[in-house]
Amino acid sequence: MSGLLSARSRAGLIHLLLAAAAVIVIIPVVWTVAAGFRTQISLLMGELLFTPVGSNFAEVLFSKTSDFLLNYRNSLIVGISSTAICIAIATLAAWSLHRMRWPGWIVHVFLAWTLIFHMIPPVALAGAWYTMARAVGLDNTFTGLVLAHATLNLPMAIWLMGVSVRDVPKELEEAAFIDGANMPAVLWHVVLPIIAPGIAATAILAFVFSWNEFAVALTLTMKQTATVPVAIAKFAQDFEIQYTQMAASAALSILPALVLLLIAQRYIVKGLTQGAIK
Amino acid sequence: MTVPAGLKMARKHGASFGDDRLWRWLTFSPALGLMLLLSVLPLVNLLISSFQDISWADGSAVRTFAGLSSYHALAADTLFAAGLANTFIFAFAAVAGQMVLGLGLALLSSKVTRGRVLYRAIFILPILIPGIVIGAIWKLMLNYDFGLVNQGLALLGIMPQDWLGAPETALLSVIMVDIWHWTPFCFLLFLAGLESLPQDVFEAARIDGASAWQEFFHVTLPLIIPTIVVTFAFRLVLAFKVFDEVYLLTSGGPGTATEVVSFTLYQRFFTEDRIGYGSAMSIAVIFIVSLLLVIALSARRQAAAS
Repeated sequence: MSGLLSARSRAGLIHLLLAAAAVIVIIPVVWTVAAGFRTQISLLMGELLFTPVGSNFAEVLFSKTSDFLLNYRNSLIVGISSTAICIAIATLAAWSLHRMRWPGWIVHVFLAWTLIFHMIPPVALAGAWYTMARAVGLDNTFTGLVLAHATLNLPMAIWLMGVSVRDVPKELEEAAFIDGANMPAVLWHVVLPIIAPGIAATAILAFVFSWNEFAVALTLTMKQTATVPVAIAKFAQDFEIQYTQMAASAALSILPALVLLLIAQRYIVKGLTQGAIK
Repeated sequence: MTVPAGLKMARKHGASFGDDRLWRWLTFSPALGLMLLLSVLPLVNLLISSFQDISWADGSAVRTFAGLSSYHALAADTLFAAGLANTFIFAFAAVAGQMVLGLGLALLSSKVTRGRVLYRAIFILPILIPGIVIGAIWKLMLNYDFGLVNQGLALLGIMPQDWLGAPETALLSVIMVDIWHWTPFCFLLFLAGLESLPQDVFEAARIDGASAWQEFFHVTLPLIIPTIVVTFAFRLVLAFKVFDEVYLLTSGGPGTATEVVSFTLYQRFFTEDRIGYGSAMSIAVIFIVSLLLVIALSARRQAAAS
C-alpha cells in the first residue's frame, strides 16, 4: 500500500473517508432540524431551497393544543431527580463494595445481578413496574418514573463509579482514618474530591439516558406527567402526521444533548468507553 | 486535626478502615434496597403473574390460578415467534454492520492526528439522541414522497422505494437505522481500544518493513480481537432491547415484517391488557436474554484467556 500512495495522499484519502462518514452522521440530523423551519407544503413538495419560518416552533411551544413545554419541564424534573438519586446511591455503593471489607461473594453476586438487570429489555420490566405502581398509587406520578429511571441507570452508574473509586489511593483513605477522621469525613474530604470528574461523567450520561428513555415513560405516565419522547411518539400516531411540527419537536428535544456535547465532550467519551471496557 | 491520643492508638492497632459494620451497611443498603424493590420484586411478581389469569374489576386486580396455560399459549403464539425470529435477524445483522463500520472508522481515525477530536464529537451525536427521535428523523428521511433518501436516489435515476411500507425493505430499513444509531458507539470503543495498545510493537513492525496490510493482520488484529469479541457479544444482547425506533418507524409492520420481541411484549401486555400472558412472555424473554448473556460472558472469559 505505502508503495502505491505517498504518505500525504494517503492521509488525504483517510480524511476523505472520515469526512464522508461524518457527513452521513450529520446530514439526517441537520435535514430534520431544517424541516422544522419549513412549511408542510414546502416539505411535501420536496423543495431543496426554502424560506425558513418559525411557525412550527411557535405552534409546538406556545399553542393551546400543545403540551410540549409541560413535557419539557417533566423531562427535566425526571432527568435531574433520577440522576441525583442514582448518583448518590451508586457512589456510596461503589465505595462500599470496592473499599470496605465485604465477603467476596456479596460483591460478586450483586455486580453480576446488576449486569443481568442491565441486559433485560425495559419493556419486560415495564409491565411489572406498572402493576406495582398501580397497586400503591404511584402510576401517573413523577415518583414512580423517577425511581424507575434511577434503577435503570444504577448498574451503569455503579460500574463507572467503581472505576473511579478504585483509582483513589488506598493509603490516603487509611491515613485520614488513622488520623481520626470518621467515615463521612473520609468520603467528603478525601474520596469525593478525587472522584469528582468520574461523578460528572456518570451524571451526564445518567441524565441523557433518562431524558432519552421511552418505553418505561410511555407505560408509567399519562397526559400530565408525559416526558418529551412520549410526546414526540404521539405525533407519529396521528392520522395525518404533522411532519414539520414533529421535526421541530425533535430539534428541541436534542438541545440538552447538544449543549452537553459542546461543553463536556471529554466526560461523555470517558463515561461511554469506561462503562463498556471496565 | 486534633484527635485524642487514645483513639489514634486504638485505630492504629485495632479496627482498620472499612471494618465498621455500620458504615458498610449504611453505604450499601440504598443500592441493595433499590435493586431488591425494583428489580428482584418485579421479577418475582412477573413469575407469579405468569401462572395467573388477571382481570381488572373496579380498579383492583382479580387473580385466578391458571397453571401453565400462559406458557402453552406462548408456544402457539405466531406473533411471538415472528418477533423472536426478527429480533435475532435484526440483532445479528445490525451488530455485524456496526462492528465492521465502527472498526474501520476507528482504524482510520487512529491514523490521523489532526481533527480526531472533531470527528469524535460528530460521531458521538447519534448516541446522545433519544431513540424515539432517531425514529422521527428516519421516518422523515425515508418518507416515500419527500424523504431525502428517495430524493437522493432520484438524482441518480433510481425509482423511489417505499422503504418502511414494503415488507421486503422494512426490516432492512430498521437495521440500517440501528447501524446509523450505534456504529458511533462501537467506533468509540474500538478507538479507545486502539489508543491503549502498546506503541512499540507497531514501531517494531514498521522497522521490520511491514506493509500497512501486514501490520493490520499480524499486529493490530490479534491485539484487538478480545475487544472485538467482547463488544460483539454484549452489543448483541443489548440489541435485544430494541423498541423505540420500531415503535415510531413501523410499529412492527407491514404485517409482521418488523415485529420485534419487545414490541410483541408491549402489544400483549399493554395494548391488549393481558397481564398474566404478558408476564409469561416477559419471563420467556428474560430467560432468553440470560442464556445469551451466559454465552457472552464465556466468550469474554475465553477472550481474556487467549
